[in-house]
Amino acid sequence: MNEELIISGRMNPYIDPHLEVWEWQIPLYLFLGGLAAGLLFFAAYFVMTGKEKKYPTTVKYGPIVAFIAISVGLIALLLDLKHPLYFWQLYTTIRIDSPMSWGAWVLLIITFVALIWIFSYLKEAFPKYNCKIGFISKLMGIFIEETGDSWEWKYPWLKTFEKYAQNNRYAWAWVMAVLSVILGVYTGILLSAFNARPLWNTAILGPLFLTSGFSTGAAMLMIMSKSHEERLSYSRIDLFLIVIELFFITHLFMGFLASSQVKVEAAHYFMGGEFTVTFWVNVIILGLVLPAILEAMELLKYKIPVIIPGLLILWGGVMFRFIMVEAGQIIRYLY
Amino acid sequence: MRYGMAIDTKKCVGCSDCVVACQTENNIPHGYARDWISETVSGTYPELTLEIRSERCNHCDNTPCVRTCPTGASHVIEGGIVKVTHEECIGCGACVESCPYDARYFHPDGYVDKCTFCDHRVKNGQDPACVSVCPTYCMYFGDLDDPNSEVSKKIATRKTKVLAPEAGTKPQIFYLI
Ligand code: SF4
Ligand code: SF4
Repeated sequence: MNEELIISGRMNPYIDPHLEVWEWQIPLYLFLGGLAAGLLFFAAYFVMTGKEKKYPTTVKYGPIVAFIAISVGLIALLLDLKHPLYFWQLYTTIRIDSPMSWGAWVLLIITFVALIWIFSYLKEAFPKYNCKIGFISKLMGIFIEETGDSWEWKYPWLKTFEKYAQNNRYAWAWVMAVLSVILGVYTGILLSAFNARPLWNTAILGPLFLTSGFSTGAAMLMIMSKSHEERLSYSRIDLFLIVIELFFITHLFMGFLASSQVKVEAAHYFMGGEFTVTFWVNVIILGLVLPAILEAMELLKYKIPVIIPGLLILWGGVMFRFIMVEAGQIIRYLY
Repeated sequence: MRYGMAIDTKKCVGCSDCVVACQTENNIPHGYARDWISETVSGTYPELTLEIRSERCNHCDNTPCVRTCPTGASHVIEGGIVKVTHEECIGCGACVESCPYDARYFHPDGYVDKCTFCDHRVKNGQDPACVSVCPTYCMYFGDLDDPNSEVSKKIATRKTKVLAPEAGTKPQIFYLI
């Protein structure tokens, strides 16, 4: 038995009684990053494989949602900083050793790539110029003009750029696919790089967060899509990803149980300890098993409203990140 | 040149003088601390042992806190002292998460702060504030590379341990047990 006590009354905020440096901002950022990675990957993948006709929502609207997700994620990251006005110092160096650093760069680059993508599909996504939101329509009014029942760019350089983006979609799809995988893995590596936190310090977190991010992306597309065929194939993709995720999670805990004492204790937090109920109910049952059953039923031709498994998967994804970040900060080395 | 410390757990009485000395010397805001005292009780009653330690940043040889810093604010200076440049710190918390000893904290002004081994005193040949005030003389500070320094001799002649060696940070504060 080993009991430890800090008796000098150290009560540093965010540090004592246990670490709470990362509150809601980082898990939200990780979730949105993973979601965006999934959305962008599927868009890129279906263009690369020449199936963009079959997946119109994915290719045209997915990246727009991804862009919004990344923007909100970056705001969350900014809110996490205790010195937010200095955030630009993130972009004065690149430090490969620091996931926080290269991740911020990947996020910046993928935002630009997504913007180019959105740009090249803008006319197809919004064939008519009838935006109801005042400020957006004013903003767009600077760049575009209505022509009959469609619209055209006002400036020739925008037209040239659009041509260029449209002619090189295939190349951009490759760039975006690679970047989105890096982004998805990064959301896990950000945590797994911390040697000091036994729960996070495992290499499986990268692939696990990647899979989870892709499955939230697929869930989002399933909800957004209006084509039955597109929805059905996302049901299938999600089912597949959920199985992989369950496999990784099993691996995660088996790995802990076979490892050093602190890691065994880390696993016990989820098997009888403090996080047992939250984790099993929200992540495993509601977020993975139940949607998997619903999707399997849908594939067997039962009528299931897609919104239910879709929202469940998103919920599971959010909870997974919140629980991992919170638990990771509580579980520490005792010496 | 490699600065380090040896702290005698057999002599430490847990008076917290080192904590107060640091707070005064380094102008630590009220309610915060760069060093602290912890007590470990181990064994089963009635076979209990008590260990009292004065703890702070271990100025590790292998510094996860410096590696994960995205801006380079956390860095290592001459003699292996780990420091934070306040003006470069964005307060992302990555280094705080990296430290297995929870030795870093957020200063209310938004940057990360931690023990500096009182490098401003060490430069002038003085001991860090905590070492200089200890009433039981249980702390030794000096150059670990020099086998004739008092700290090296203590480490060579006494049984020692470091905290959480399994975290792999190679701490440079040695507890004499
Ligand atoms: S004790 Fe913590 S803050 Fe100090 S050098 Fe080691 S890891 Fe870094
Ligand atoms: S909080 Fe400051 S010192 Fe720590 S990793 Fe972030 S930028 Fe570096």
